[in-house]
Amino acid sequence: MLVLTIVAVVLMFGGAFFLTVSALGLLRLPDFYARTHAVGKSETLGTILMLSGLAVYNGWELSTIKILFIVFFVLIANPTATHAIARAALRTGLQPWTRKRNGITKTEETRKL
Amino acid sequence: MISSFLLGITIFIALLTAVNLYRVAVGRTIFDRIIAAGLVGTNGFILLILIGFIYGRINMFVDIAIAYALLNFVVVIVLGKYFDRGREKQP
Repeated sequence: MLVLTIVAVVLMFGGAFFLTVSALGLLRLPDFYARTHAVGKSETLGTILMLSGLAVYNGWELSTIKILFIVFFVLIANPTATHAIARAALRTGLQPWTRKRNGITKTEETRKL
Repeated sequence: MISSFLLGITIFIALLTAVNLYRVAVGRTIFDRIIAAGLVGTNGFILLILIGFIYGRINMFVDIAIAYALLNFVVVIVLGKYFDRGREKQP
């Protein structure tokens, strides 16, 4: 029992770490596509680790199966949603960020959007 | 001991959600706001499951979390379709 609790605590610490990375990436990265990079991967992994830790802590019940269903659904749905938003942004005409071009930062051009 | 650990991690994730709300408010384009809102929703159902563990009523809260996860996915997909302006701005 104690071993399972320790495993759950370690998994939840990992999940909290990746959720922190995701929040920092969303806050600090320079443009939209870089932020989709932070959201699509770190958020998915953080959610999976956190919910797996909670499922290990819960033991064998019906609630555990429901939590594992949420994990499976997030594993499929979260990258799909991020991909759909990035595709919509690219079709709309949002330019990716580059450092400098013609003396103007590209973010200045896309600010109008 | 484990319950105070769960309470601490719940408060930490709530603070992370507040940080993500900054990007929803200030986001430079509409798509930034959409993905930040999706991330707030994801943190939201993690918070729901943690609150269920703290109150000891996980059987009820996990169903609410399932509904919230499905709704969050549908909201992001539909907003992406709605704000996709297609070939309007392409040369």
